[in-house]
Amino acid sequence: MSVTASSDLNVGVPAINWQSDDMKSRRKRRYAADRRLQAYGLVAIIFALGFLAILISSLVYTGNSAFTQSVATIEIDLSTADIDRTKLADADWRGVVRGALRAQLPGLSRSDERKYFEMFTSSGQFIVRDAVVADPSRLDGKSTFVIPLADPFDQLAKGQVNRDTPESQRRVTDQQIGMFDQLVGKGIISRPFNWALFFNADSRFPELAGLAGAISGSFWSLLVCFVISFPVGIAAAIYLEEFAPKNKLTDLIEVNINNLAAVPSVVFGLLGLAVFLGWFGMPRSAPIVGGLVLSLMTLPTLIIVTRVSLKSVPSSIREAALGVGASKHEAIFHHILPLAMPTIMTGAIISLARALGESAPLLLIGMNAFITSPPDGVFEASTALPTQIFMWADSPERGFVARTSAAILVLLGFLVLMNGIAIFLRQRFERRW
Amino acid sequence: MNMMSEAAVEKALDKNMSDAPLKMIGKDVSVYYGEKRALFDVNLNVRKNTVTALIGPSGCGKSTFLRTLNRMNDTIDGCRITGKITLDNADIYDPSVDVVELRARVGMVFQKPNPFPKSIYENIAYGPRIHGLAKTKADMDRIVESSLQRAGLWNEAKDRLQEPGTGLSGGQQQRLCIARAVAVSPEVILMDEPCSALDPIATAKVEELIHELRTNFTIVIVTHSMQQAARVSQRTAMFHLGNLVEENDTDKMFTNPDDQRTQDYIMGRFG
Amino acid sequence: MSGYLIAFLALAALSMAYLGNSRAKATHNGAAGKIHSRPIYHGLNVAIWTAVPAFVLLLVWLVFQSSIVNHLVLSGIPGSENLDASASSILMSEVRQVASGNLFKEPSPEVKAAADHFKSLQGIAAYLMAAAVAVAAAIGAFFGLKVIGSRYRARHSVELSVTLFMMFSSLLAILITLGIVFSLVFEAFHFFTKVPFTEFLFGLRWEPQIAMRADQVAGQGAFGVIPVLYGTFLISAIAMIVAVPTGILSAIFLTEYSHPRFRAVVKPLLEILAGVPTVVYGFFAVLTVAPAIRDLGIALGFEASPNSALAAGAVMGVMIIPFISSLSDDAFAAVPRAMREGSYALGATKGETIRKVLLPAALPGIVGGVLLALSRAVGETMIVVMAAGLIAKLTVNPLDAVTTVTVQIVTLLIGDAEFDNPKTLAAFALGLVLFIVTLILNLIALHTVRKYREKY
Repeated sequence: MSVTASSDLNVGVPAINWQSDDMKSRRKRRYAADRRLQAYGLVAIIFALGFLAILISSLVYTGNSAFTQSVATIEIDLSTADIDRTKLADADWRGVVRGALRAQLPGLSRSDERKYFEMFTSSGQFIVRDAVVADPSRLDGKSTFVIPLADPFDQLAKGQVNRDTPESQRRVTDQQIGMFDQLVGKGIISRPFNWALFFNADSRFPELAGLAGAISGSFWSLLVCFVISFPVGIAAAIYLEEFAPKNKLTDLIEVNINNLAAVPSVVFGLLGLAVFLGWFGMPRSAPIVGGLVLSLMTLPTLIIVTRVSLKSVPSSIREAALGVGASKHEAIFHHILPLAMPTIMTGAIISLARALGESAPLLLIGMNAFITSPPDGVFEASTALPTQIFMWADSPERGFVARTSAAILVLLGFLVLMNGIAIFLRQRFERRW
Repeated sequence: MNMMSEAAVEKALDKNMSDAPLKMIGKDVSVYYGEKRALFDVNLNVRKNTVTALIGPSGCGKSTFLRTLNRMNDTIDGCRITGKITLDNADIYDPSVDVVELRARVGMVFQKPNPFPKSIYENIAYGPRIHGLAKTKADMDRIVESSLQRAGLWNEAKDRLQEPGTGLSGGQQQRLCIARAVAVSPEVILMDEPCSALDPIATAKVEELIHELRTNFTIVIVTHSMQQAARVSQRTAMFHLGNLVEENDTDKMFTNPDDQRTQDYIMGRFG
Repeated sequence: MSGYLIAFLALAALSMAYLGNSRAKATHNGAAGKIHSRPIYHGLNVAIWTAVPAFVLLLVWLVFQSSIVNHLVLSGIPGSENLDASASSILMSEVRQVASGNLFKEPSPEVKAAADHFKSLQGIAAYLMAAAVAVAAAIGAFFGLKVIGSRYRARHSVELSVTLFMMFSSLLAILITLGIVFSLVFEAFHFFTKVPFTEFLFGLRWEPQIAMRADQVAGQGAFGVIPVLYGTFLISAIAMIVAVPTGILSAIFLTEYSHPRFRAVVKPLLEILAGVPTVVYGFFAVLTVAPAIRDLGIALGFEASPNSALAAGAVMGVMIIPFISSLSDDAFAAVPRAMREGSYALGATKGETIRKVLLPAALPGIVGGVLLALSRAVGETMIVVMAAGLIAKLTVNPLDAVTTVTVQIVTLLIGDAEFDNPKTLAAFALGLVLFIVTLILNLIALHTVRKYREKY
């Protein structure tokens, strides 16, 4: 490079008039483009968050009514009823309930009476029976019983039935509405909090259906998932992070884990179906199988999280432990693992929360069975919260729409709780090195 | 123009260094990063077609001052500037000033070569394209060629214009960045330790280039190396702990500085 | 039974640990010279010897018991040796039903006898298992206690066991993959013996409604995967059309334009979208989005199916937004600051810097993220099961209903699952296709992202 080589170029530096109108309008356009890009970004965020807002509010809007249930509070004098005290379960509870209901609106014709009884849940007799079996002293005199209204009348009570629509287009007749208004006038219809939603198991009738079975099924599945994936995940992570030699095999394991974390969950369901149910002959619909499948699914994520948190513990701590004569195992299990534990726990809880929301693999192993009592253990058939939501969403009865939304709100509540615990753990115990 | 007159111009410039017209004026410039104050009422002028070197120990505020000259500090959160800086007697911190225009007029070359992950051609065409300096493809080709010529990179790069700029060597990358800055025809070029990441041979080439660029551009260079300041600059400013210690002709600065601290620094007693 | 055995083993291990610990203390007190391991290691060693071999035996026993019992029962039924696999599995399930007392009709005498045989064998097996586990635990405890001594390297032994457990755990990742591959390939191979491979791969009709029982009326059944795959990609494409621009633009806004405080609030809110269970999105798609799209279509004069590809795809797209957004976010953050400054120093506006410098620089990272998101969209199940159609159709109209691989897997397997008819096996063939497609996408994506990380 020499001075001469570039001399003629140096002379002709074009003078740019930055203040020319051309340049000014060009800059204006450039700034406008900048603002446009910013606006697009904001619109994208508003779109995403708006969707979230609509999602949540539509669930709350459709679901809130399921947190209350219209009931009729009826006083029954059982001392006069013909009941064999030694065989409570076999007494004519249906007659007892119908008699009590009849007393509320006396003098109906037979066909009107049938219409009248339709207003109450068809399982009222069992509710009364179970209440008496639980407390036989009720037989000695008058006591009050709470009978849920059947789904269409629950909706009527909640104002979800438009009385102006032609009679043929709604599920309650004008006559029934009249009877309903009479009952309201007598003050026996009320709308308390729907505890049945949490303490009843599934039912064909919306007014009786609850989440107890699904919640305990999810609990047992998550328990199995945690018991398996937590120790195995930590053991695998420690081995890969601290012991494993760098070779083809560990590379393969590494790639494998990363890939497994992205395998569709439904494939794990196929694995569970073919291996656990097909080859090992484990029971269908059981939380043990659900938990096993979920643990295989969460394992890769858990290993990745644990490795990251082990990596974040400074090596000076390991060296200090080794320096005072601890074995490698002792250094890891006495010093590094406890320090990494808060982060590992946070990761584990978040993985469990993901597993709680997972439904596809559970459908394939049959955890969408119709089961009317909560499971007592991991080997009994049951459903889980998300599969219960799936089943209710598919049910034709109108009352299940509200219940599905309510069940989703319950599921989201659990997820918020778990994530909240994870965030709390992180902020309370996590160290920054 | 022949070589004689070129040298004559140079000589004339060298002689009348203190008389060259002022291109940029910094008056009572202070910079704060959040609560921390990084510059204390600096008064420093940049003369036209002159290389001004900013020297001083690390953390003395020389880079900070350099970045105030094209408002690069605006991109840092929590950075605040007081005082006044003018370019051709117009306040560059005036709200009516357009930073985009300012930065086109006051270009910058960074410590580490930072070519964009694009071809050599696109690296240089980027600036002229956003500012709309080329009407036609031929215009653009001309700008790219002359910029590479000026940066002394044309012979090395003319056959590989479509290859990625990141494939060049470190020194070539830095000259590419200089060419990129030159392509927008700035009036002032700021250089932030442009040779600190380069080997001695590449450094020599860049220094020679700076020397040539002075004919058409006003240059402000931050450097760590006293020798480099002595080699390339006509004016030198010495910073210490956020204060401007001394500003003087380079010859005088390195032979007979006014301030004791400058003397100490030049003699290698601190820094 | 196995629950009690596990509890028994845990108790035995605990008491043996205590016993070993105190015995080691006693030996060490009397020992001259240097002792190798602390007593607690001797205790742990005995506990491991007691519980682990017995536990492994228990697991192996549980895995093989049912097939051995089945085999014994079947061989006891006269004429069963002539039955093929599916007939004998039906027979076996009948026997099991009878044995557990679920009588739908009066069983034949052979079945009744077999059921009794089955019950007695199960009883015997349970006792044998308990006895075997107890003996294994006792032998283990005996050896564990015997080796206690001041020079015995109990710590090494315990650490070896722990290391072996850890090695096994990390190998489990490979075992899971092998399990997936083998179960899918095995069942899919079964399927291809009934339906030709070429018909599956190139067939243009997917109508798996073949007769489950002899008395059912149904079509012939056709198993061409093309329309199912097509539906999957149509819905995934719609999802990506929604998610990619939204995700990238929101990442641009959050990393480059927004105030840090805005980002601190909005980013976790966006992440919530990824944490919502997919069954919730499915319900929302059915309840709100699909009717809205249908109404909109009718208002504009289009015929829209109630379970249109658009509804399922759009909702799936929203689910994927935070995924793409956070991966793009990482990709932008990985672009060095010098690149930004270089652009600003030339007088580029923020928008120009983003579009012409940051976006090209971050592109490999973003592409990796998009591929991972695509793999997720292809494998997403619940949204499409609830909101997409069941009929496989080759259509480009997004308002029409199409079906996907995952929808077919779930509908083919839900409820009934006998491993002998093409309908069930077809689900595994589809599963294999799904696994391969997502595997390829994942590997490319992970590779791209890793290469990109190495670059900066």
